[in-house]
Amino acid sequence: MIRALLGALIIGLAAPALGIYLVQRRLSLIGDGIGHVALTGVGVGLLLNQSPVISAVIVAAIGAVGVELIRERGRTSGDLALALLFYGGIAGGVVLVALSNDANNNSLVQYLFGSLITTSPADIGVIAVLGAAVLIAMLVFRPALFAVCNDEEYARVSGLPVRALNLLMAVTTAVTVTIAMRTVGLLLVSALMVIPVAAAQQVTRGFRTTMAAAMAIGLIAAGIGVVVSAEADTPPGATTVIIALAVFVAITVGAAGLRLVRRRAQPPREVEPPDVVLQEA
Amino acid sequence: MTVVSVRHAAVGYDGREILHDVSLTVQAGEVVAILGANGSGKSTLIRTVLGLVPLGHGEIDLFGTPQRKFRDWARVGYVPQRLGAGSGVPATVGEVVASGRLARRGIFRPSGAADRAAVRDALTAVGLLDRINDPVTTLSGGQQQRTLIARALAGKPDLLVLDEPTAGVDAASQEAFAAALGRFAGDGGTIVLVAHELGPLRPLIDRAVVVHEGRVAHEGVPPEPAGHHAEPDHDHVHPHAVQPSAGICVAPADRIAAN
Repeated sequence: MIRALLGALIIGLAAPALGIYLVQRRLSLIGDGIGHVALTGVGVGLLLNQSPVISAVIVAAIGAVGVELIRERGRTSGDLALALLFYGGIAGGVVLVALSNDANNNSLVQYLFGSLITTSPADIGVIAVLGAAVLIAMLVFRPALFAVCNDEEYARVSGLPVRALNLLMAVTTAVTVTIAMRTVGLLLVSALMVIPVAAAQQVTRGFRTTMAAAMAIGLIAAGIGVVVSAEADTPPGATTVIIALAVFVAITVGAAGLRLVRRRAQPPREVEPPDVVLQEA
Repeated sequence: MTVVSVRHAAVGYDGREILHDVSLTVQAGEVVAILGANGSGKSTLIRTVLGLVPLGHGEIDLFGTPQRKFRDWARVGYVPQRLGAGSGVPATVGEVVASGRLARRGIFRPSGAADRAAVRDALTAVGLLDRINDPVTTLSGGQQQRTLIARALAGKPDLLVLDEPTAGVDAASQEAFAAALGRFAGDGGTIVLVAHELGPLRPLIDRAVVVHEGRVAHEGVPPEPAGHHAEPDHDHVHPHAVQPSAGICVAPADRIAAN
């Protein structure tokens, strides 16, 4: 329980820190796709009796770099290539898990939707190290990653290592997806990258404040999610996502209400004189 | 000193050649306008100079260094046509302009006092310092364009490259724009700008290069208009174009001083 909570809190912080860049580039669903690919990595790990976390990180990273290279080319077939990769990933994962010694429905469901009891001490070590690495990379390179996500061509003309930064983002996406699969599950990990950002940006004005608020929301949702799921005996990933969604709805409604109150309280704005000469005909 | 040197450049996409044998030289301190109709290749020319479009044949030098080997990108300030595709994530004017410091600072060093001062100076130059903490999406099109020029100025470049900076920009912003560019040129800066119509920028221009169907068709002083609408590239896009309606006579906004 403590291990699961610790793992969830690390992911609650790291996932939105990465997710804000994905949302900014309109790649909100990429985490979901990489999650599909990571399942093949889980299958490979189980088949070879190796740690499924390590093999999933490797396979997901290869998949993420492939997606990035396809995106960089900017071909119209990129969309189709992504679909092939994602479905190949999940189908390969299901087949490989079925072939392994560990073959039962339970193990597959654990990886897809997360579970409190599967987090081993070795896992929590891997999650802590990789989670900290993702978090540090996202915070240290924030100005550069912001520049690339905001205006890639401008970043290129600035002489920034745009390809290296894009690949960094691809690899950290793969890492985040994989370390989150134990607690949140591969099918729901993307929600923790995106929903806290969506909630935060309802009320923030700048990128830095949005990032800080999203990380706070992610942390709170993950913490409450694990505790509630232990009490109510529900899957932790789904519980966390529902709490994050509830925060999103609460902030959206609250912000709309606040705007309405402010608008009523404020005197109408002065209208600027027109730029042009208006004459009666 | 030669800042930009393009020699016999040919550029094509997907087997179709867009620029044929184009040569262009820009000396330090010059203000050069690249004019031309839509699809003439004028934007492709500057995008090729910046390395955003691969060069097919020919050679390009920046500050005397072959473009392939050029690494001193902090000396180049690029102002694109518009703000990159607005995503849902908010960003303040100050954050966008701060991106302009990365070329000087590198990606590993955190932002310092010199960076913050440069951002404030650049925003002062375009008259938007009071908007530094506002989300860029709340700005008008012209103010967003001024934010982009501030981003380029924040890096303290020697060469400014602008892609249609005044397209669809309101008259007040065009004046602020012209003033900021005038100060930059006055301090010895070099400017290359692509334009559809020059408007208030005309007095700044030393030389005009007209691109037509992928070739340089004219090079020299900006073509003088015989009457306002005689500009070779004029296409009736006015800032603040207002549909005249019954009973109200609307004067063309670009002939009236701002405010």
